[in-house]
Amino acid sequence: MDWTTITEVEKRDIFKTVGVEAMEELFAAIPESLRLDSWDMPEGKNESALLREFKALSQRNNAEQVCFMGGGYYDHYIPAAVDALAGRSEFYTAYTPYQPECSQGTLQAIYEYQSLICRLMDMECANASLYDGGTAIFEAAVMAARITKRQRVIVHDSVHPLWKQMLETHAAGSVLKIETGSEPISEETACVIVQNPAFLGTLQDYADLAQQCHELGALLVMAVNPVSLGIVRTPGSMGADITVAEGQSLGLPLGFGGPYLGILATKKKYIRKMPGRIVGAAADDKGRPGYVLTLQAREQHIRREKALSNICSNQALCALRALIHLCLLGKEGLRETAYACHAKTAYLMSKLDFVQVLNDGPVFNEFAVRLPKNAEVVAAALLEKGFLAGIPLHTLGCGKPNDLLVAVTEKRTRDELDSFAAVLQEACHE
Amino acid sequence: MNPDTLKYTEEHEWIINVDGTYIIGITEYAVDALGEITFVELPEVGKFLERSEDIAIVESVKAANDIYAPICGTVFAVNDTLEMEPDLINRDCYGKGWIVKMKDVNEEEYADLMDARSYRGYLKTV
Amino acid sequence: MNKIKTIFETGAPGRCAVMPEPLDVPDVSLPEVFQRDTPLALTELSEMDVVRHFTRLSRRNFGVDSHFYPLGSCTMKYNPKISESVASLPGFASLHPGLTLVPAYRETCQGALEVVYELERLLAEIAGMAAGCLQPMAGAHGELTGVLLIAAYHRSKNDMKRDTILIPDSAHGTNPASAAMAGFKTVTLPSNAQGSVDYDAYAALMGEHVAGVMLTCPNTHGLFEPHVAEIAALAHEHGALMYYDGANLNAILGKCRPGDLGFDVMHYNLHKTFGTPHGMGGPGSGAIAVGERLAPFLPNPRVVKNDGIYDLHFGDSSIGRMAPFFGNFLVALRAYVYILAVGGEGLKKISENAVLNANYVLARLKEHWRPAFDGLCMHECLLTAADMTADHGIRALDVAKALLDRGFHAPTVYFPLTVKEGLMIEPTETESQETLDDFCDAMLEIARSAIEDPESLHHAPVSLPVGRLNEAQAARNLDCAALPQNKS
Repeated sequence: MDWTTITEVEKRDIFKTVGVEAMEELFAAIPESLRLDSWDMPEGKNESALLREFKALSQRNNAEQVCFMGGGYYDHYIPAAVDALAGRSEFYTAYTPYQPECSQGTLQAIYEYQSLICRLMDMECANASLYDGGTAIFEAAVMAARITKRQRVIVHDSVHPLWKQMLETHAAGSVLKIETGSEPISEETACVIVQNPAFLGTLQDYADLAQQCHELGALLVMAVNPVSLGIVRTPGSMGADITVAEGQSLGLPLGFGGPYLGILATKKKYIRKMPGRIVGAAADDKGRPGYVLTLQAREQHIRREKALSNICSNQALCALRALIHLCLLGKEGLRETAYACHAKTAYLMSKLDFVQVLNDGPVFNEFAVRLPKNAEVVAAALLEKGFLAGIPLHTLGCGKPNDLLVAVTEKRTRDELDSFAAVLQEACHE
Repeated sequence: MNPDTLKYTEEHEWIINVDGTYIIGITEYAVDALGEITFVELPEVGKFLERSEDIAIVESVKAANDIYAPICGTVFAVNDTLEMEPDLINRDCYGKGWIVKMKDVNEEEYADLMDARSYRGYLKTV
Repeated sequence: MNKIKTIFETGAPGRCAVMPEPLDVPDVSLPEVFQRDTPLALTELSEMDVVRHFTRLSRRNFGVDSHFYPLGSCTMKYNPKISESVASLPGFASLHPGLTLVPAYRETCQGALEVVYELERLLAEIAGMAAGCLQPMAGAHGELTGVLLIAAYHRSKNDMKRDTILIPDSAHGTNPASAAMAGFKTVTLPSNAQGSVDYDAYAALMGEHVAGVMLTCPNTHGLFEPHVAEIAALAHEHGALMYYDGANLNAILGKCRPGDLGFDVMHYNLHKTFGTPHGMGGPGSGAIAVGERLAPFLPNPRVVKNDGIYDLHFGDSSIGRMAPFFGNFLVALRAYVYILAVGGEGLKKISENAVLNANYVLARLKEHWRPAFDGLCMHECLLTAADMTADHGIRALDVAKALLDRGFHAPTVYFPLTVKEGLMIEPTETESQETLDDFCDAMLEIARSAIEDPESLHHAPVSLPVGRLNEAQAARNLDCAALPQNKS
């Protein structure tokens, strides 16, 4: 099947108008020698067959386990209204609001998203979103280098190992010099990148570090878990200059890795160095209020090789989901969700007295434990019992083979926590 | 300023020596190409600039143009008013819309720049 | 009232649409030093408030489902609903990507790994190249990945002198921006009077310092580059690699393949070519395909198939990681559904109908709106309003706004930068002749108005919630967030 609509009769009519007699004349510009002879492509299928086959394929995935896996991507509840509203095709079949007058829905939603992100993080401006948390860290590093006119970027040990890898890959050809967290901050440091809670779940107080950075003219870039900010001290309050986050926990499905949402917010004085699209309030000649894409002159379609970033698209639909999600939860709902994540994590930790907890301070919704045996073996055993035990840290190149990173969201019930503790204990001592 | 008495670059900047202070701005042609100017990024006072080094960025809705130092020298003053009123450049590009003043410049480079007549001739070729 | 109040002007203290279940474990609190010490100034809304607000906002948008959307270079074709249905199957939508980190877990995501493996294989075949990779999350991200691969290739040959990428003046702005981001100098290739790369100028710029050439073909003038094979041959002769910007792939699907034209790496815009929703600006997917030479450098991890089981492989020469996992998987999944639905023959039919429709629009309009270049076009036609501007003061912007009043989304205007007052129209293959006729009639009527009553066009649009917004004012007095009043 396909979705073309021109009939044979219409085609002949169009040929006449165009002044050709056969389709091939329209492709005459492609030299014969470069034409495709044959290829190995399947035949088309109709809709019912496709749905049957994809249902079967989806059942070769097991998304039914009770999820204790996190590592930056969490199994939170997504209210039904998020899907219903973001599923309106007036949103999802629109494109970049290049014509603001017929895109006020998109533009107002992004303006509201930017506003909510600022309020959540105690920052002063946010962009219309980036691809994901990892690329947001890279963009923040480039931005810090541009602001400070320095090149050294210190990546703190607290940062997600996958995001560190992404930063290194993206920065390969750039002027950035990526340094590990043990390097001292100096007058050549563009920024220090930290994460709260740290990758292993421990909550951090970066207020002193922020001051230290500022004394040496460096910026503090902080990656945060947005749900935690319902109860956890904000990056703005600690003095962060640029805040980034993976926004998946704000109403986005886990979706095997994406699409996710890169959040980036900063202080107003840095707004002209902030990459990506930005929506601003405007008015028409009759004084009617509306919204437009603003500060576009910094972007690639105008600035080309001198642009702040090569980024063109954003993740607007994902940002819309995050906005709707935050509106539905609101002030009380987000706070209670964050409390529930934290309380349930604390409860589970209290039940796991048979393993060594590796965190050296309080945690929010995630913690690392050292098991008496190999974490991958234990994880495999728990899979049999219907539990996704977490991330064996060794698989990410951090920690020892017996270390496991466990996450708890508000979705986990007390029964699930009790059973998980029991089967984990069993698996550890089998 | 009287445009007839200024010196010009091919990047559509003007410059003039007033008692050893060299005032720099952009020409009417540049302003027309940019449209409504929305922001000007100014350099630090005291900074030494090589010829053709970035000196400022003038941003409009549809473009962001780098302004290059027409000659080497030290930034002596910047037009702070532009931070609040960037459209001064639209309204008075040869007067209140000046951008930077330089001192200790290379006078030979200054002497080599186009005069008003050559600039007008140059405009016909772009 | 015209204005839709923002969410911050709506609601009442104490309202909340969604709360988590009552806590069934002991309450604990965070140590004070870690606690939020600033007000949580979020909204307080009921579910009805939220639903009504966003439903109203949605009605202020033009989308493909509601309007003809001939935005050049963006391929705004119909987004099939079957792709949405498949992407929402819980076996895909609720699958944690961390499953791939642990070998023991990989049996629980064989279906998803199959999608990655098979789609990468199909993308390689459609490209006429050796391998595909889904990691890049958008076209520009694919460009950066591709340029980093080119850099890695030259580095592996210990060929450190190549610091330049050649890019035509008609290219998308992302090309030079991506090349610069990867640390390359960019040199612009001029177009000739026919709208193609000036081959002699190109040959003069080619040399041992060139790492790669980035081309869009057909180019953004809607024309197939006549010397594409010679351009590629000369690049290879000098040791440079060829990058294909896949933005306009819709024009040549099944007719010719970038790999066969001599390209070494390309990005797809899966959201353009394979009909996944553009989502108001994203998420898209910038999956890439590469030839044999670049395959060893692809981002890690790779999905491989061993004895019928899908597994991961980490290549030694890989540039690293561009995405945490497999890019925008659910977008790629929609594209996979699309490709399997249409099949090989369907892909050819897509390019044929896309080119047919663009030429129909060109044929109907060319007497009244001057084409930027002579002859037939590929999947989009590029017109210019420059004559109208000179004769009647009507600019491309006026045409765009007048179209909005007539119930059509505007074409791309003022792009490419090589053409003055450009109107770039890409109808796509999913539009019917009657829709194209309605659009052409509107364009002809606008052409008449431009002559008879130009003033009316300067005021367009008049039928939408707002007229032309003052962008200069918005940029001077930036208001990019509604912050609580007690804050500055």
